[in-house]
Amino acid sequence: MKSDRIKFLVFALVVLLMPLPLSGGYLTNVLIFVGINSVLALGLNLLLGYAGQISLGQAAFFGLGAYGSGVLTTAYGLNPWLAMIAVAVCVALFAFAIGFPVLRLKGHYLAMATLGVGVIVNIAFNETVDLTGGPSGLSGIPNLSIGSLTFDSDLKNYYLVWVFALGMILLSLNLVNSRFGRGLRAIHDSEVAARVMGVNARLMKVQVFTLSAFMSAIMGSLYCHVMTFISPNSFGFHFSVELLTMIVIGGLGSVYGSILGALLLTMLPEMLRTFQDYDIIVYGLLLITMTIYLPGGLVEGIPALFRRLVPAKKVTEGSDA
Amino acid sequence: MLSLNGIGKRFGGLTALEGISFNVGKGSITGIIGPNGAGKTTLFNVATGIYPPSCGAVLLEGKDISKLPPEGRARLGLVRTFQNIELFGKMTVLENVMVGLHTQSSSGLFACSFRMPWQMSEEKRIRARAMELLDFVGIPELAEVQAGTLSFGKGRLLEIARAMALEPKLLLMDEPAAGLNSSETAELADLIKKIRDLGVTVALVEHDMDLVMDICDQLVVLNLGTMLAEGTPRQIQDNPAVITAYLGEE
Amino acid sequence: MELLNQVTQFVISGLATGSIYALIGLSFAIIFNSTGIINFAQGEFVMLGGVLTIFSLNVLHLPLLAAILVAVAVTTVIGLVFERLAIRPLKNATPLMLIIITIGASILIRGLVMLLWGKDTQALPAFSGTDPISVAGATLLPQHLWIFGVTVLVIIGCRLFFNHTISGKAMRACSFNRRAANLVGISVGRMVLFSFVISAAVGALAGVIIAPLTMTAYDVGVMLGLKGFCAAIMGGMGSGLGTVLGGLILGTLESLGAGLISSGYKDAIAFFILLLILFIRPQGLFKKGETERV
Ligand SMILES: Nc1ncnc2c1ncn2[C@@H]1O[C@H](COP(=O)(O)OP(=O)(O)OP(=O)(O)O)[C@@H](O)[C@H]1O
Ligand SMILES: [Mg+2]
Repeated sequence: MKSDRIKFLVFALVVLLMPLPLSGGYLTNVLIFVGINSVLALGLNLLLGYAGQISLGQAAFFGLGAYGSGVLTTAYGLNPWLAMIAVAVCVALFAFAIGFPVLRLKGHYLAMATLGVGVIVNIAFNETVDLTGGPSGLSGIPNLSIGSLTFDSDLKNYYLVWVFALGMILLSLNLVNSRFGRGLRAIHDSEVAARVMGVNARLMKVQVFTLSAFMSAIMGSLYCHVMTFISPNSFGFHFSVELLTMIVIGGLGSVYGSILGALLLTMLPEMLRTFQDYDIIVYGLLLITMTIYLPGGLVEGIPALFRRLVPAKKVTEGSDA
Repeated sequence: MLSLNGIGKRFGGLTALEGISFNVGKGSITGIIGPNGAGKTTLFNVATGIYPPSCGAVLLEGKDISKLPPEGRARLGLVRTFQNIELFGKMTVLENVMVGLHTQSSSGLFACSFRMPWQMSEEKRIRARAMELLDFVGIPELAEVQAGTLSFGKGRLLEIARAMALEPKLLLMDEPAAGLNSSETAELADLIKKIRDLGVTVALVEHDMDLVMDICDQLVVLNLGTMLAEGTPRQIQDNPAVITAYLGEE
Repeated sequence: MELLNQVTQFVISGLATGSIYALIGLSFAIIFNSTGIINFAQGEFVMLGGVLTIFSLNVLHLPLLAAILVAVAVTTVIGLVFERLAIRPLKNATPLMLIIITIGASILIRGLVMLLWGKDTQALPAFSGTDPISVAGATLLPQHLWIFGVTVLVIIGCRLFFNHTISGKAMRACSFNRRAANLVGISVGRMVLFSFVISAAVGALAGVIIAPLTMTAYDVGVMLGLKGFCAAIMGGMGSGLGTVLGGLILGTLESLGAGLISSGYKDAIAFFILLLILFIRPQGLFKKGETERV
C-alpha cells in the first residue's frame, strides 16, 4: 500500500520535472502525446487487462471527445471547459447505453461489435461534413485557457495534459486495488464464479466500459485543443489497434504497463521517421510475438529478465574468485 | 430452506433433468448422489441460476427465485462451490475471499477511485474478515499466495472460505471431497459439520459414500436425470432400486 | 418504372457483392468450426487474392487463369504459414490472445503488402469483357455471372468436401467435439491446419473474382472481412446455406441502402446490421439458441 504511494509520487515527480532538461524542445511536444496516449491505453487496459473485455472501438470515444469539443467551441462558441465536461458526460452516457447490449457479448463477438461501433462512428465523422468538415478535417479550434493563461506552447500543454493524466492514473491505481477492481479481476478470471459470489458482472462491465469511454473523451477534448486541428483519420480502426498494441507491449492488467506501452509506441515512430506508414508491420509483429512469448508484457518481462540475468552473474563471479 | 418444484432441463435433444422435486430442510445436511452424468451438477447450475430451467421453479425460503440471476441469488444467501474448482487464479488467496465479501460491502466505482474515508474503513473491515475466514478453514498462512498455484485440496478449502464469506443461508457444494486423500476428507467432514453448526444449511453432491453416510441427514438419489429415491441414509442404503442402479455398480 | 428498374439494378449488384460476402463468410465459418477462432486476418486473405492476381498478371505477365491459380496458391501457403507460426505455438490460448494474434497477423500482412506494392488502388481486368447484358430492364455485367458461377461452385465443393470425404467429415467431427474427435484418432492439429488452408483458399478466390468490380488495394481487407463476418453471423457461423443467405441479404440491403438512401453510409449499413444481429440474435437468423457449458 505504502510502497504504491511512493512509486506514484516518484513517477509524478519525474513527469513534472521532465520538461526542465528538455527546455520546451521537440521532445516536449512528443511527450504531450505520450500523456494523452497513456490515458487512452489505461482506459482500454482497465477494460481489457483487468475486466477481460476487449474493445476495438476505443478510438471512437476519443474521436467523439475531440469532435464534440471541436464542434461546440468552433461552431457554437461554447466555453471549452464547459464543452469538455458536457461532451465527456454525453460520451459516457452513450457508452453506458450501448454497453448493455455490447458487453453481453463475449470474446470474438465482443471484439467485432466494438469494432463495428468504432467504424460506424468514424463513418459519421467523415459523412457529417456540415458539422465536422468531413475528411478534410476541422480546423481553427481554440487553445484552452484559464484566466489570462492560454495553453498555446508545448510546455504549457505538456503540463495541462499531464496534470489530467496524473490525476486519472492515480484514480485508476486506487480503483484497481479496491473492491471494484477486485470485482473486475474476478470477472476476468471466471465470470461464472464471480457472479455466484454476488458480483454484478453485467453492471460492472458496463461501468468500466463507461469509465474508459469517459477517460478517452476527456483526452479527446484535450487533444483537439492542443492540436487545434482534427481529422477523422486520427480516430479510426488503426488507432484502436495501436492502443491495443500499447497495452499488449506494456502489460495487460498493469496501470504502469499502459504508460510504458504508450511511451514506447508514441516515441518509436517519432524516432524511426522513415517508417511512417509501415509502423503497422512493427505493430503486427509485436502483437504476435508478445502474445506468444511474453503475454505479461514488458512490465512482467523486464523484471523476469533481470532476475534471470542477476543470478547468472553471481555464478560467473563465483567461478572467477 | 430450498424447494425444487418439478425442475426439468433439456440441452437440445438431451434431457439432463426431469421432474426433480424435493426440499432441503433448514439446518440440515442434504446429500445428492447418483452415478456420473446423472445431472447433479446441472441441478446445482439450475438452482444457482447459471442455467435457466426448461421447466419448474426454484424457491428459497418460500420465495420464488427462478427469475433471479446468480448474483441476485447470492445476495439472498444461496452460494455454491464448483466441481472443477473455480478460483480467481491470478488473485491472491486473501483477495479471493475478499471477492466473496463483495455482497458484504458496498463501495462503488466513485468511492473506490477517490478513496473515500468510508471506503478505506470498509476495506480494512473486509480484509480483517477475510483473514478470519482463512483461519476458519485453516489456511491463514497462504493469504498472500497466488490462488492459481494452490494444490487441489487447499483450493477446495479456499473455495469454501470464499463461499462462507457471503454468509450464506444455503451452501451448495459440488463434490467437495473429490481429489482429497482420506485424512483431508476427514478434515473436510469436520469442517462441513462446523459450517452446519454455524446455522448454514448444506447440500452437497458427493461420490464418497462413507462421507455421505457419515454427515448427511437426508439423501436424494438421481439417476439419468430423474429422482430415484429420497430419504435418510439408512433408507437409501436399503432401497433396492438404488442398490441396483447405483450402489450395485460400485 | 424508373424506380423499379433502379431497384432491380441495385438488387443485381447487391446479389453479386452478397455472393462475395457469402464466400468470405464461409471462409470464416470453416476456421471457426474446427478451432473456435474468429480469424481477424480473414479479410487479408481476400485482399491477397486480388492483389496477388494483379501482380502475377502485370508483373509476371502470366495469363489470367495462371495468375489466379498462383494468387490462390500463394495465399493458401500464407494461411498455412500463419497457422504454423502464430496459432500452433500457443498452448491453452484464451480467446483474447487469439483475437490479438489474428489482429496482429492482419495488420502485418496489410503492412507488408503496402511495403511491397504501395498504396495505390489497382483494378483487375474483367474476366470476359465488360459488355453489359440486359435483364429485365437492368444491366448485368459478365463479371457478375462469373461471381455467381464461382460462388455456386465453391459452395457445392464445400458441401461435397464436408459431407463426403474422410477429411471433411473429420473436420466436422472436430467442430462438434474436439476431445471426442481426438479420442477416435482424428489428428485435431492437422484438421486445424486444413481449415486454415481451405479457408485461405476460399477467401483468396473471393478476392480474385470481386477485384474487377470494386478495384483492390492493400487496405480493402478490413471492410470485406467484416462484411463477410457479418454474413457468417447472420448464418449462425455455419458453413452452410445460412451463411450464403446471410451474405446475399447483406449485399442486397447494402446496395439498396447505398442507392436509395446515401452512398456515404454504405459501409455503416453493414455494421448496423451486424450490431443489430449480434444484439438480438447472436446465434444467427436461422438457428435456435444453445446453452453455454459451465
Ligand atoms: N451445457 C451443457 N450442454 C449440453 N449438455 C450438458 C451440459 N451440461 C451438462 N450436460 C449433460 O447433462 C448430463 C448431466 O451432466 P452433469 O454434469 O449434471 O452430471 P453429474 O451428475 O454432475 O456427473 P458427474 O458425477 O460426472 O459430475 C450429461 O450427459 C452432460 O453431458
Ligand atoms: Mg458433476
